[in-house]
Amino acid sequence: MASLGVSQVCFSYDGQEVLTGLSLEIGAGERVAILGPNGVGKTTLLRLLSGARTPSQGSILLDGRPLDTVPRHDVARKIAVVPQEVTIPFAFTVREVVELGRTPHLRWLGGFRSQDRRAVAQAMELTDTTHLGDRIINELSGGERQRVIIAMALAQEPEILLLDEPTHLLDIARQAEILDLIAELNLRHGLTVVAAIHDLNLAGRYFDRLLILHRGAVLAEGPPEAVLRSDIVEEAYGGPVEIVRTANARAPIVLPASRHGQSRNTQ
Amino acid sequence: MPASTDNAPPRTKEASSRAPGAVLSPTLRFRAGVAVLLVLLAASIVLASGFGAVHIPSRVIMSMLLHRAGVVHLAPVWPPSDETIVFQIRLPRVLAAAMVGAALSLAGVLFQGLLRNPLADPYVIGTSGGAAFGASLGAVLFSHFSLLGFGAIPALAFLGAMGTMVLVFRFSRVGGRTPVVTLLLVGFAFSVLLGYTVSLLLIVNERFEFNTRIIYAWLLGGIWIEHWGQLGLIALLIAAGTAGALMLSRSLNAFALGEEVAEYLGVAVERQKAAVIVVGSLLTASAVSAGGLIGFVGLIIPHILRLLFGPNHARLLVLAALGGAAFLVTADLLARIVMPPNELPVGILTALVGGPAFLLLLRRTKREYRF
Repeated sequence: MASLGVSQVCFSYDGQEVLTGLSLEIGAGERVAILGPNGVGKTTLLRLLSGARTPSQGSILLDGRPLDTVPRHDVARKIAVVPQEVTIPFAFTVREVVELGRTPHLRWLGGFRSQDRRAVAQAMELTDTTHLGDRIINELSGGERQRVIIAMALAQEPEILLLDEPTHLLDIARQAEILDLIAELNLRHGLTVVAAIHDLNLAGRYFDRLLILHRGAVLAEGPPEAVLRSDIVEEAYGGPVEIVRTANARAPIVLPASRHGQSRNTQ
Repeated sequence: MPASTDNAPPRTKEASSRAPGAVLSPTLRFRAGVAVLLVLLAASIVLASGFGAVHIPSRVIMSMLLHRAGVVHLAPVWPPSDETIVFQIRLPRVLAAAMVGAALSLAGVLFQGLLRNPLADPYVIGTSGGAAFGASLGAVLFSHFSLLGFGAIPALAFLGAMGTMVLVFRFSRVGGRTPVVTLLLVGFAFSVLLGYTVSLLLIVNERFEFNTRIIYAWLLGGIWIEHWGQLGLIALLIAAGTAGALMLSRSLNAFALGEEVAEYLGVAVERQKAAVIVVGSLLTASAVSAGGLIGFVGLIIPHILRLLFGPNHARLLVLAALGGAAFLVTADLLARIVMPPNELPVGILTALVGGPAFLLLLRRTKREYRF
């Protein structure tokens, strides 16, 4: 089982500092949501965790080993990434895309072996994409397409799955479908999951550990009820919010505080 | 939530409902495609070896080839001079056309795949400009120079193309990375810069009218390989390039999802990108040194085959090599026989034949073409 450790990491794009001394631990089997306003560095953090970028200061450890010393090939067998947007200009079929997930496992010039075929079949089954195998990926709906990209990541047989806004542009039922799938991969298959999530309420409902970024570092972290507090959320996002607690919801619900709608004070 | 069936993917059920190839499975379709293209290639080679000042029937050509290959032993019923014509004059040229066609088509697949751009062709990173520049220098300044059995024009065209590739690559590097958009723009700039330098060179040397005509013909493309010795070296380079291209198919498929995803899949992105550029340029430079600047093959053939067989590079590269070869052998044959005794530049034919064929195919596939 794989764990990730981030200590005192700094990163800047073209001289503009995005992360300034960020530290966190992600243990094996955890399901973590990264929150924070646009541009705070959620995607950057995921890129650093995936090893695609190297921090300018500080270190990232994969199972105690500095990530930048692990060959890309080996990283891709442990960590799979579902980016926010994948554009595919070619008319690839769904199965061809999922098969690409086996890339880090194939030997040089070697073809597909039985374990590769098995991994692809299993990934498609878990994501309920088996029946889509021969369709052209660009002709699928947004939800189906996202399941295919997740299937490709699962075909890597990773121990850690990083997702950048996995529910981006999906309707509410598709959001639930994707997040349930992610929860199931975590609970039943022991996959460590780290996802950047835009929607605080989806994060609260589907993740047991939330982490809010603010000014290049972690502002708050913990279970939803500890993080989704108006003082924390208002500081992170810089605007007034209202917290609603209902009897049967697992996590508090965050609403923007409207100047026009009726206010139901619950704090 | 997961589907009901336990293991083993149900491959058969409603196979390829929407894939490019509604009837056969992709694998079968690929095999059928290879078989058809092999037959077309063989037929075009036989046919092209028969045409010329002396016409030799295809039946005789096939007998000669089988006899030479030791497949069957026949008492030769043809005059020895015919055999000399076929083996010493026509076959080297026909085979050169096949190799040049394969090389251009492969290079087209490589650059379209790497740049994820449908307009990319073998010359997209400026190698055409470099080749033209080298060829003109060869024609104007060093007409007596020769290298490894090659005259100044092909040798310097090859060096010009490879040299441009190195320059473009170095100019495009930013902090250890080579962004493909930068690569495209730098390539374009070099192409224009060198292209107009050629024009300048030709104007300044107007008195060498003879050379100007040679260069003009060379720019339009034409297979000029004359004997086996020249063909051997070109064949070696193109064989190496073909092997290299086939080895890159997996990386090209990963690149199709974007460099970021390719990196997540464990591909050494910058190294593989450099490999694609080097292999693509080697193929282009070899083709250019044997056939001048033949346009269109490297653009159109990959598109046609992608439309018919899908974008998977492991298959597309094989098909492109065969398809490009068959196409250029045919185009070169037409170039020789349409206006006897004059030979048309083959580049004119590839454009005049390939263009309409491609337009027709685009119209017939009613779906929007995602390449």
